[in-house]
Amino acid sequence: MPGGGHRAERYGVTAPARVLVVGASAAGLATAEALRRKGYDGELTLLGDEPHVPYDRPPLSKQVLGGAWAPERAHLRATEVLSALDARFVLGDAAVSLDVPSRTVGTASGATLRADAVVLATGVRPRTLPDQAGLAGVHVLRTLDDALGLRADLLAGGRLVVVGDGVLGAEVAATARAMGVGVTLAGPQRAPLEMQLGPLVSGLLAELHTGQGVDLRLGVGVTGLVGTGGRVTGVRLADDEVLPADVVVVALGAVPATEWLAGSGLRVDNGVVCDAHCRAADGVYAVGDVARWHHDRLDSLLRLENRTNATEQAVVVADNVMGADRRYVPVPYFWTDQFDAKLQIHGVLPADADVAVVEGSVRARRFVALYHRDGEVTGVLGWNMAKQSRLHRQRHLVELKDLAGSHVTAAEVEKADF
Amino acid sequence: MKITVDEDKCCGAGSCVLSAPEVFDQRDEDGVVVLLDPEPAEELHDAVREAAQVCPAAAIVLSGTA
Repeated sequence: MPGGGHRAERYGVTAPARVLVVGASAAGLATAEALRRKGYDGELTLLGDEPHVPYDRPPLSKQVLGGAWAPERAHLRATEVLSALDARFVLGDAAVSLDVPSRTVGTASGATLRADAVVLATGVRPRTLPDQAGLAGVHVLRTLDDALGLRADLLAGGRLVVVGDGVLGAEVAATARAMGVGVTLAGPQRAPLEMQLGPLVSGLLAELHTGQGVDLRLGVGVTGLVGTGGRVTGVRLADDEVLPADVVVVALGAVPATEWLAGSGLRVDNGVVCDAHCRAADGVYAVGDVARWHHDRLDSLLRLENRTNATEQAVVVADNVMGADRRYVPVPYFWTDQFDAKLQIHGVLPADADVAVVEGSVRARRFVALYHRDGEVTGVLGWNMAKQSRLHRQRHLVELKDLAGSHVTAAEVEKADF
Repeated sequence: MKITVDEDKCCGAGSCVLSAPEVFDQRDEDGVVVLLDPEPAEELHDAVREAAQVCPAAAIVLSGTA
């Protein structure tokens, strides 16, 4: 199939002969899959810095950390499905340079990969605390190896302090607590995910965590770590209290992995800056967590780190690589599982939104809430009502009209991302 | 084309229903995927392939070439 003389002309133009996808995680793999699904029959290469075949990240803080799944269960596709993709996987080698005019990527091992179209899908890297390097017992959670290392440390026993009260921090706290670990969750907000979900639902999450035995130490920022003999012993708060810790997880969000693009001439500003078609330069596209593209409805640059963005944006990028001219205007979505609570969030939940429970009941911990601003629905949240929340999304958010700039800002859309 | 779904992986996003409502639904009680038609007609194959690809939990597996 690849290398043939007559390439797909789905959009009336000849598709590039060689496509290189830099990044072999959800967004990179989805781009490759979408290209093949749309009939792309040229050469396809995926370059990934990790040695693993493409795997999924949301299960890392839940099923993999908790031990319900063996690590292989997080693989995104079975071996035979990857083979059928007819793509070359270059794994365990990181991109270190990009020459835009010749679309050439240099790798850490010294290899040179040339293509006619390059798709940047290098994702993000976790933020760290300044003093965490070299201190044993301190973890971030982004990769499969991170999850397995953290799990091993938790199984060894001792108290866990999670630094960060966003989605990842709260999920790690819940998973570790369910493993029987003593857990303290520290962060600056009044309740977990307050900024992302608003006071009502974050208050319910605080109740849930407290009821399950998580010690919430919220409302005070973390200033650093304390250690002796090269191993962490505690987490220091802004009021100088030290929370004792044997293991620490730092979950303070992430930054785009774009250092390797310095000197490429691409505009890098909190991600790879792209136009509405997810194009960073002629023949260069970005997709997933690393892409900051112009969202036409918001009339603003937007970067989303949620999981569905990786695959939905990949569909649009694949079309555009093949010569289409599609704009990417998604309805953001993310989910989070903590203890027995499964939350689905469609659209945007502004901090000052009016929140109305329209189905189920808060008391039963099974409900759908609509978030309104200026009388318009901007977001839908389901708590243990996944199907019903999706139905409300279809009713209220299908036209994207409620994401227009007069009702929400890009900052409000992006705030859900950690 | 033959479809299988992994209920344990399903996260309840409902992306599959948005892509191919003739083939996928969700359980009322927990939102887990319900496969309405494991061997859908050919005119639905494109939509099913898209559903499998955009599923944020990689819970939909397709086999067979037709």
